[in-house]
Amino acid sequence: MSSPVESLVNREYKWGFVTDIEADSVPPGLSEDLIRLISAKKGEPAFMLDWRLKAYRGWLKLSEPHWPNVSYPAIDYQSIIYYSAPKTQKPLGSLDEADPKLLETYQKLGIPLTEQKLLAGVAVDAIFDSVSVGTSYKKQLGEMGIIFCSFSEAVHEHPELVQKYLGSVVPASDNYFAALNSAVFSDGSFVYVPKGVRCPMDLSTYFRINAQNTGQFERTLIIADEGAYVSYLEGCTAPKRDENQLHAAVVELVALEGATIKYSTVQNWYAGDDEGRGGIYNFVTKRGKASRGAKISWTQVETGSAITWKYPSVILQGDDSVGEFYSVAVVNGRQQADTGTKMIHMGRNTRSTIVSKGISAGRGNNSYRGLVKVLPKAFGARNYTQCDSMLIGNRCGANTFPYIDVQNPSASVEHEASTSKIGEDQIFYCKQRGLNTENAISMIVNGFCKEVFKELPMEFAVEAQKLLGVSLEGSVG
Amino acid sequence: MLEIKALRAAVGENEILRGIQLRVRAGEVHAIMGPNGSGKSTLAQVLAGHPAYTVTAGSITLDGQDLLELEPEERAQAGVFLAFQYPVEIAGVTNAYFLRAAYNALRKARGQEELDPIDFLDLLEEKLKLVGWGPEIMQRAVNSGFSGGEKKRNEILQMAILEPKLAILDETDSGLDIDALRIVADGVNALRRPDRAIIVVTHYQRLLNFIVPDFVHVLVDGQIVKSGGKELALELEARGYEWLTGVPEEASA
Repeated sequence: MSSPVESLVNREYKWGFVTDIEADSVPPGLSEDLIRLISAKKGEPAFMLDWRLKAYRGWLKLSEPHWPNVSYPAIDYQSIIYYSAPKTQKPLGSLDEADPKLLETYQKLGIPLTEQKLLAGVAVDAIFDSVSVGTSYKKQLGEMGIIFCSFSEAVHEHPELVQKYLGSVVPASDNYFAALNSAVFSDGSFVYVPKGVRCPMDLSTYFRINAQNTGQFERTLIIADEGAYVSYLEGCTAPKRDENQLHAAVVELVALEGATIKYSTVQNWYAGDDEGRGGIYNFVTKRGKASRGAKISWTQVETGSAITWKYPSVILQGDDSVGEFYSVAVVNGRQQADTGTKMIHMGRNTRSTIVSKGISAGRGNNSYRGLVKVLPKAFGARNYTQCDSMLIGNRCGANTFPYIDVQNPSASVEHEASTSKIGEDQIFYCKQRGLNTENAISMIVNGFCKEVFKELPMEFAVEAQKLLGVSLEGSVG
Repeated sequence: MLEIKALRAAVGENEILRGIQLRVRAGEVHAIMGPNGSGKSTLAQVLAGHPAYTVTAGSITLDGQDLLELEPEERAQAGVFLAFQYPVEIAGVTNAYFLRAAYNALRKARGQEELDPIDFLDLLEEKLKLVGWGPEIMQRAVNSGFSGGEKKRNEILQMAILEPKLAILDETDSGLDIDALRIVADGVNALRRPDRAIIVVTHYQRLLNFIVPDFVHVLVDGQIVKSGGKELALELEARGYEWLTGVPEEASA
């Protein structure tokens, strides 16, 4: 008796503006020469160039994976620009010297980058196309021994840490997109929190793809030394363009003994228009390695991108280590998402929790793909997985692909899954109580995502709720 | 207060209401009775504006205002409240949040100031007494895991807070044991007021022992075939619907 809940209208992408700024870009295409060029532009030490070239040679032998439940036209890797940087006359001494247009862009995005805004209490590293534009709060953090800087800077200032940990969690040969990233990545964020130090503020990176036909290949490496704690936030946007843009990032988290890393993402890349033109291909490898008693927690709210393909994972290497994955993935229009996690239990009494909330609207297609693997020595390992899907309308899809591989009989693995549909009746009930349709949907969806939102830092949770409202605007008529 | 004239409504091609005529004045309680499939619940849903039903003819006005022109939420804002036969569950949204959102949506629409959570809590505590509940229930998600009786009590609580002009109770007695029925009926009786009209839709006379109506109407095949005072309900209890429909009740469903 309920009429179809559909009638989709295209929503406006608020962050779709382009910044007119002169860029120093390399010609499109990929070759060993290009990699040498990138490395030279960045003045990298020899070990980095060797690492990149090795990754590139490995990449040539790999082929693009097609097992995710997504479809897209073939990517021409020779037409992508692998390096683009805003042109500057001279190296920046402080933020005040940065291009005003750049700062204006970040202001539009609401990033607290300028000095006075730093008082907001979040330390930000902002990546514009390929290079890091400014890292705030560096001095204050430095006094505690915390290193928070662009990846390029880390290569110069802390090569021993980079050399030790780069690729230690996601090897260059890990997969096709990770190999590509390893070969051409131009910048990213680097964090090191020393032994026993609790990072006093949330660290944050904001990624922005501005230039046309540019791929963004950033690399993030976070190391929490023994007993350290750090909470890291990542946000992303891109201008509206008709062409697809590739974003192939790698994030590596290293949590040493007793350390905690909390990594939160609100991803709102441009998703393309209603016909599926344009939008970001978000093919990302995110993984953490937890030593004894360490804890790694991923929280993600994925509302953007034409295609999302990512599985933030935890290798529970040490005994008593903990892995968590809380995810909200929203697809509307023609968006496709194949996302989930991998929890690899190696140590004894390792524990993992997976809570995944998939929301599909319009003609979107949402897949959860998760692996829980318990290796033979992981005595007493425990996993709890909860996977809920919500459908809005009749033309969207939701899939769940759980993989469970238990090689130790003392392990306990629990999996719960549900699928629900926002029906005309649920909306009518709210309307009968005086709420309008948009408020009704927002309330129902936020209720559905509650378990994940409560894992986000307060400010981020508020933003995520708003974003969800925007993402689903007009999804029900 | 409520004026229904020659109302016809359909689901798709299937006409269910075929010329309903009804006038309800402020302060009155009307019972709509009838066999299964006679159109009782349809009438309740049409009054609230459920999108599955199409009104093909006739009019509905509330204090002179054309209800058919209004969206469901605008009708709610105009003072129409429907206690659902099957209240909907909303996971992850607390009863307290939902009620306050609804309450404030109505206030906002009426140009009144919205109530903050603290002031709302005071209001809530007072109204909870009406259905014999403590505050714990407010932290549970809306109707999630509620028993049938709890869901119906929750509807009456919502009615008490939203203070409608016109309340329509759709089969509020279905699925209730005698104790729950008494709590719900006491709640409704406490909400009877000279400036409020109540329509009670029910299959059985039982509820009307507790909520005594001023008028009883019998709906058969989408038309009101008989109207009378509260004694009509007793007659129906004794004789069934057969003498009005001409067919045994089981066959009329």
